[in-house]
Amino acid sequence: MASTETQQAQTHADAPVQLEKTTLEGRNKILGFWLFIGAETVLFACLFGTYLALQQSTVGGPNQGELFSIPLVALATVILLTSSLTSVLGIVGMHQHNVKKTQFWFGVTVLLGLAFLILEIYEFYHYVHEGLGFTSNAFGSSFYTLLGTHGAHVAFGIVWITGLMIQVAKQGLTKVTTPKLYVASLYWHFVDVIWVFIFTVVYLMGKVG
Amino acid sequence: MTGGYNKQWLERFRSHWLWDWITTVDHKKIGILYLLGGGFFFIIGGLEAMLIRIQLFFPNNDFMVGREFNELLTMHGTTMIFFVAMPLLFALMNVAVPLQIGARDVAFPFLNSLGFWLFLAGGILMNLGWFFGNAPDAGWTNYVPIAANEYSAGPGIEYYVLGLQISGIGTLIGGLNFLVTIINMRAPGMSFLRMPLFTWTAFVASALILFAFPALTAGLFLVMFERIFGAAFFDVALGGNPVIWQHLFWIFGHPEVYIVILPAFGIMSDVISTFSKKRLFGYNSMVFAVLLIGFLGFMVWAHHMFTVGLGPVPNSIFAIATMAIAVPTGIKVFNWLFTMWGGKIEFTTAMLWAVGFIPTFVLGGVTGVMLASPAADFQFHDSYFVVAHFHYVLIGGTVFGLFSGAYYWWPKMFGHKLNETLGKWHFWLFFIGFHLTFFIQHFIGLFGMPRRHFTYQATDGLTLLNQISTVGAFMMAIGTIVLAINIYISAKKAIPAGNDPWDARTLEWAISSPPPEYNFAQLPRVRAMDAFWHEKMAGNKTMEPAGPLEPIHMPSSTHLPFFMTLGFFISGLGWVFRSLEVGVLGLVMVALVMFTHSFNHDHGYYIPLKDIKSNDPKKGAKA
Repeated sequence: MASTETQQAQTHADAPVQLEKTTLEGRNKILGFWLFIGAETVLFACLFGTYLALQQSTVGGPNQGELFSIPLVALATVILLTSSLTSVLGIVGMHQHNVKKTQFWFGVTVLLGLAFLILEIYEFYHYVHEGLGFTSNAFGSSFYTLLGTHGAHVAFGIVWITGLMIQVAKQGLTKVTTPKLYVASLYWHFVDVIWVFIFTVVYLMGKVG
Repeated sequence: MTGGYNKQWLERFRSHWLWDWITTVDHKKIGILYLLGGGFFFIIGGLEAMLIRIQLFFPNNDFMVGREFNELLTMHGTTMIFFVAMPLLFALMNVAVPLQIGARDVAFPFLNSLGFWLFLAGGILMNLGWFFGNAPDAGWTNYVPIAANEYSAGPGIEYYVLGLQISGIGTLIGGLNFLVTIINMRAPGMSFLRMPLFTWTAFVASALILFAFPALTAGLFLVMFERIFGAAFFDVALGGNPVIWQHLFWIFGHPEVYIVILPAFGIMSDVISTFSKKRLFGYNSMVFAVLLIGFLGFMVWAHHMFTVGLGPVPNSIFAIATMAIAVPTGIKVFNWLFTMWGGKIEFTTAMLWAVGFIPTFVLGGVTGVMLASPAADFQFHDSYFVVAHFHYVLIGGTVFGLFSGAYYWWPKMFGHKLNETLGKWHFWLFFIGFHLTFFIQHFIGLFGMPRRHFTYQATDGLTLLNQISTVGAFMMAIGTIVLAINIYISAKKAIPAGNDPWDARTLEWAISSPPPEYNFAQLPRVRAMDAFWHEKMAGNKTMEPAGPLEPIHMPSSTHLPFFMTLGFFISGLGWVFRSLEVGVLGLVMVALVMFTHSFNHDHGYYIPLKDIKSNDPKKGAKA
C-alpha cells in the first residue's frame, strides 16, 4: 500500500493531497459508505412504494390537495438543497486543508438542516390539527413513515456532523477525520436527493393528482 | 474504596479467555463464533423440527396442537433461515474469504464483530419468546393480518419483528464488510477472474444482502408501527392493504433464498475441483451464472404470490423470470459434472456431501420449475409439495453445502481434521434420512395435505407416509448427533493436519493451520487462477511474496460492539413489552457507544518483525 500512497502523492504533487483517500482504511470507509447508500436507497424505495400504494386511502380524511401548501414546502426544499451546497464548500475547505473554512461551512450546513427540521415539525403539527394523524388512516401512516424516516435521517445527520466538527476542532483535518467528513457529506447529499424525490412524488404529484 | 483490589479484579477480568472472545475482531475467531452461534440455533431449530414430526406421527395426535404447533413451525422456519443457514455461511465466509483473496484482515473488523453480536442478540431475543409470553406464531413469513394484534395477541410477533430487525442489521453490515473486503483488499495479482468460486459467491450473496435486507427492514418497521403504535398500513378498514407486506417480505425473501444457496454453490465448486484434482470446468461461465442468478433473484418475488390475485399478466411475467433461473443453475450443475469427469476423484466426507448435493439440488430445482407455473401452483400452493420443494433446496443445497464446507475447512479452522469414518456415517444417515423425510412429502402434498396444519385424519390415507417422513427426520437427527460426537472425538485427539491436508488449490492452504492472526506474513503474489496449485505445479512450496517482510499493523480488540449490541437488545426488549422508556433508553445506549467509538483514538498496534519470524512456519510449510 505504501507504494500507491507515494504514487498518489507524486502524481498530484501540485494539487493538495486528498487526505481522505490516502489510507486503505479511508478508502474502505468511502466505498463501504457508497454501498450503504445503495442499501438505504432500497429502504426508501420500499417506503415510497408503500406510500404510492396507500396515498388514496384517506378514508374520508383530508387529502393531499387539502393539506399541502407548496410555498412552505418549496422553502424547505430550497433550504435543504442549499445545505447540500454548503456541505460541498465544507469539503472544498477540507481539500484545501483549511480547518476554519471546513468548520464554517459544515456549521452552516448543520444550521440549515436544523431550519429544515423545524419547518417539517411545524408542518406535521399543522397537519395533525387539520385531521391527518399517524393512526387516522393508511394514507397518514404511510405519509408520516416516509417523511418521518427522512426527517430522522436529517436529524441523525445534524448530530453526526456536529460530532465530527467537535473532532475536527480537537484533532484537526487528519487521515482519520477527513474520511469521516467526506462520508458524512455523501450522506447529506443522499438525504437531500431523497428529499427531491419526496418533493416531486409526494408534494407536487399529490397537489396535481 | 479498595482501588487496588478493583484494579486487580479488572485485570483478571481482562485476561480471562471469555473476554478475549467477546472483544475479538479477528475474522477467523469471529468465524468460529458464528459457527458456535449457528450450531446452537441448529440444535434448537432441529428440536423444533423433531417436535413437529412427532406431532404428525399419528393422525389426531394431541402432542403439540393449536397455537403451540403454530409457534413451533414459525420458530423452526425463522430459526433455520436466519439463525442457522445465514450465520453458518457467515462462519465459513469469515474463515475462508479473506484467506482466499490473500488479505490480512477484513475491511471493517469492528463491524464484523458487531455483526456477529447483533445476530446472536437477535436470535436470543426471539427465542426469549418461549419463556416470556409466547413465541411468534404467524408462520416464518409473518403474513398480516394473521400477524396483526387482532389475530395474534401477546408479544409473540414483537419478538419476531425485533429479533429479526436486530439480527438483520448485523447481517447487513456483515455483507457490506465482505463486499468492501473483496473489492479493496485482494492480494496483488488476485484479479476478479482469479478469485476462487467461494469468494465469488460470497461476493454476490453479500450484494444480495445489501439490496434485499433493507426491504425486510422496511417491512418489519411497518408491522412494528402497526402493532405498537396503531398505524394502518395493513388495516383494510382504515384503507390499508395486507398485500404490501407480502410484496416487501418477498422482495427481501426471494433474494434471501439465493443469499443462502449461492455460497453453498461456491463451497461445492471449491470442494469438487479440489477432490477431482482438476481446475473447475467452465470457470468464467460459473462466475457468469452466479451473477445472473443473483440478478434474477430480485426479479421473481411474486412467484410466492401467484394465488394472491395479481392477475394473469404479472403471474406470467414472474413465472417466466422464475423459470429463467433454471438456465444458469443448469450451467452450474453441468460444470460440476464436467469438473469431475475424468478427474482423480477422492471421496472424502466433504466430497461426499458435494456429490450428494448435485442430484438432491437438481430434484429441488425441478420441483421449483413445476411451482413456477402459475396454473399448477394453484394446486401446489400451501401443500406439503411446497414444503418438500424448499427443504430439498435448503437442506439439499445449503445444509449439504455447509456440511461439505465444515469438513473441508475444519483443519484450517482448528488445525485438525474431522474423523472420516464418523463423517461418512454422518453423511449416509443424514442423506438417507433426508430423502426419506422429504421425498415422501411431495406425495403427501399431492395427496392433499396442507402445510402448517397440526393434524390429519386416519381416513386421509396419509398416516404411513407421515410416519415414514418422521422416521427419516429421526435418522437426520441421529446423523447430526454423530457429527457432534465426531467434533468431540476429533478435538480430543487433535492430530495436527498440517497446512494443506487435501492437497488443495487455493490460497488459504498456503499458510499454517490455524493461521496466525495476521494470516500472511508477507502478502502473496498471485500469478494464476488456483494460485497455490499453480505454485505447487511450478515446483514451489510456498507463494511468492509480493512485498518485503515488515511489521504488520493489526486492529485492537474492542468491547464496544458487544456493548452496542447490548443497547440494541435492551431496546428490543423494551419495544417487545411496549415500554417506550426502555426502548428509547436502549437506543440512547447504542448512540453513546457509537459516539465513544467515533471519538476513540485507537489506531491498533504493530506486530514486530521478530514475532512474525518466530511464528512463521515457512520452513516446514509442506504438510
